[in-house]
Amino acid sequence: MSGSRFLQLLRRFRGAAAIAALSASLLVFVAACGGGEGSADLVIYSGREEDLVGPLIDQFEEETGLDVGVRYGSNAQLIATIFEEGGNSPADVFFGSDPGSLGALSDKLGVLPASILEQVPVSFRSPLGTWVGVTGRARTVVYNTDALTEADLPESIFDFTDPVWKGRIGWAPTNGSFQSMVTAMRQIVGDDETREWLEGIKANNPTEYPKNTPIVQAVANGEVDVGFVNHYYLHRFLAEEGDSFSARNAFMRGGDAGAVVLVAGAGILKSADHQPAAERFIDFLLSVEAQQYFSDETFEYPLVEGVAPQADLVPLEEIEVPDLDLSSLSDLEGTLDLLRSVGVIP
Amino acid sequence: MALEMEAVAPAAPDTSGWARTSWPPIFILVPSLLVTVAVMLPVAYVVGRTFGAGADAWDLLVQRSVLDTLLRTVFLSVAVTAATVTLAVPIAWLTVRTDLPFKRFWSVLTVLPLVIPSYVGALVAITALGPKGLVQQMLEGPFGIDRLPGIYGFSGSLLVLSFLSFPYVLLSVRAALWNLDPAMEEAARGLGLGAWATFRRVTLPHLRPAIAAGGLLVALYTLSDFGAVSLLRFNSFTRVIYLQYETSFDRTLAAASSLVLVMVGFALLMIEARARGRSRYHRSAVGSARAPNLVRLNAWRWPALLSVATVVTISLVLPVTVLTYWLVRGWAAGESLSFVWGALFNSAYVSLLAAAATLAAALPVAFLTVRHTGWLSSMLERTTYVGFALPGIVVALAFVYFGARYVTPLYQTLPLLVIVYVILFLPIAAGTIRASLLQLNPHVEEAARGLGRSPAHVFLTVLLPLLRTGLLASAVGVFLVTMKELPATLVLGPLGFKTLATATWSASSSAFFARAAAPALLILLISSLPVAFLTFREQRPAS
Repeated sequence: MSGSRFLQLLRRFRGAAAIAALSASLLVFVAACGGGEGSADLVIYSGREEDLVGPLIDQFEEETGLDVGVRYGSNAQLIATIFEEGGNSPADVFFGSDPGSLGALSDKLGVLPASILEQVPVSFRSPLGTWVGVTGRARTVVYNTDALTEADLPESIFDFTDPVWKGRIGWAPTNGSFQSMVTAMRQIVGDDETREWLEGIKANNPTEYPKNTPIVQAVANGEVDVGFVNHYYLHRFLAEEGDSFSARNAFMRGGDAGAVVLVAGAGILKSADHQPAAERFIDFLLSVEAQQYFSDETFEYPLVEGVAPQADLVPLEEIEVPDLDLSSLSDLEGTLDLLRSVGVIP
Repeated sequence: MALEMEAVAPAAPDTSGWARTSWPPIFILVPSLLVTVAVMLPVAYVVGRTFGAGADAWDLLVQRSVLDTLLRTVFLSVAVTAATVTLAVPIAWLTVRTDLPFKRFWSVLTVLPLVIPSYVGALVAITALGPKGLVQQMLEGPFGIDRLPGIYGFSGSLLVLSFLSFPYVLLSVRAALWNLDPAMEEAARGLGLGAWATFRRVTLPHLRPAIAAGGLLVALYTLSDFGAVSLLRFNSFTRVIYLQYETSFDRTLAAASSLVLVMVGFALLMIEARARGRSRYHRSAVGSARAPNLVRLNAWRWPALLSVATVVTISLVLPVTVLTYWLVRGWAAGESLSFVWGALFNSAYVSLLAAAATLAAALPVAFLTVRHTGWLSSMLERTTYVGFALPGIVVALAFVYFGARYVTPLYQTLPLLVIVYVILFLPIAAGTIRASLLQLNPHVEEAARGLGRSPAHVFLTVLLPLLRTGLLASAVGVFLVTMKELPATLVLGPLGFKTLATATWSASSSAFFARAAAPALLILLISSLPVAFLTFREQRPAS
């Protein structure tokens, strides 16, 4: 093609040529900075939301000078990703939000050093030492304050099978925290009684939600009168919408699974490239500073000595927590089988 | 080169009577094959996962009431498609062919619902129309209405998905209307047909490929949507697949279910092929693409205006109002709205890249399937749609698998992410380009060839300029859907890569609605720019 013809072609076609040139230069730019991936000093896969843990990770970076890369996603999404990555996972730390997720990943996690594990009470860490609890979250019943007072609520989660609650309950049977509560229930009262409870609740036509947040919203809206949730979602709504928000938490007092305290926790992958930095990070999560942050900002219960929970919360000691080891909550498969056979999950 | 190949190429079945050069030129064939291989990777992954685990997965699948879920999902998909065609075709016609007041304004606004992520749409619908929602609160005082029709389940999903996805049909039908030679309609009018009869007997049949292409996208999109059905509690197949990941971290069962979805996708493709028909859609004699005479609405202009305004109110004004309400309420409560400019830049930048790359991938495929018909090219075309029927998380995990194992240096980098966007959104571009290409008479290219130009030269200097409107429309379509894409961005983006969509998701999933509102509104704002550009450009008569 002669020069003038080429120019002519270019002129006729300058829009597309500009786009082509632009995308070519963009691709070069992408290739140039695409290599930045391998440069992080620590890679965290976080099933906990960025709005909650992001500021804390920034602080860790500032204090240590380490460059931390974080991938946020749902627990399940990140666990599936780690499995599909096989031995090539770039992740060093998995920070998950319920014992079930941490348990599912247990084979992929290495044993944590005793210096980390011992900072947290035995009941809030893995029996194998593969993960450690970072914060506590209590199971609770959230109720609509226009329809009910706390006195109207039963003592035990088992009383919600009473037909007076027909059509008034919201729950999230596909949610990890709910399933952990069911696992706790199986540990405490056995599979048969748990099945009866599930069938009883199911007979009351509960409304199903995908997770905790919409349950709290639905309770406040009066869509349902009560919901089975983790305690801290309510406090976020209260912070955003003020005291007029028409929902409050009530803790079950029967010492049953309705008031079990679950954890969010972290572990280090066996395939981690940055083991020392990973240990340093988990250590940081258990520091007074970080625990205070969780207490103030996420309304969860701190798990290390010397940090008090947020003032509005019922202290952990006052919740009638069932006598139960969190380490016994690893049998998620058994719980799923039960939930499927009762027909509350597909 | 291409000429030599023609000589040795076997004579392919000649379906339309024009094809003397059935063997496609190399610059079309090679990219098309590459694209096909890339598109088949998620299917290979799904098949591998399903059968890699032995017979277990199939057993599990057969045990469950799969058929129920499947029928329910297909029913929703068909209903949403019908609803979107009903909404989109009249709007397209009104905004292109009539003297509807403020046409450009409506043209921009009616495309924008496409960028509202479906979980945001559903959240907004629940907030506005749910029990004790905003609408009910408004009605409660003056009218004493304390119960609205239920938003959950089938009806809510139908409503939300239809109003969010009708722009798929709108985009492709609008492009087709712009490319339609007005001489045909004028001839019909000249022969005594009325405006309505002309539309029904001349215009509408020519829009068939565009309607079919857009409708197919809607149908497949509905199959793969998770956000809306999960919040609105409709147990679609994709919801079940997500729950399988969510509840048991079970990749095998989820893969087996996805395989069923792929098959449904193929079935829909067959239906679309039928709907598209075998007719020719280009004018047979030389004509000129020029601005048609506008149909005067006269007395009908106000009802027309009112209907378009109603659709815009439901699909756009309502979500924007609820988002603004959240934003202002958060603001008033002292919520700091420090905004991440990085996310804004990333979103715009990655969406531009995705649009350019998808266009480059779709063009050869569309050309091949229109100009070189045969079983191979129609197979190629079908496969390009597969990514669209699969839930985003399945496609993303497929590329985690291949990326982490076989192209480790590219894993979790922008180039691989852009490739995944191309695979996810290829049909959006390919369908629209296809529809435009069908309206071009191949004699134009043949004439250029006859005058001694090479196939590549003809492609660049004759075909591309004539296809400009379709190309731009498809680029804008891909740009919009990339803006809101979530699962692939979360799983495959570079570490710490934030977009407006991930910011919205992150904030809304932790119930910080005020914080979710700002990025969601910005997605809308940024997206309106290319849409406005497209609209203003297409109002000029094509040269």
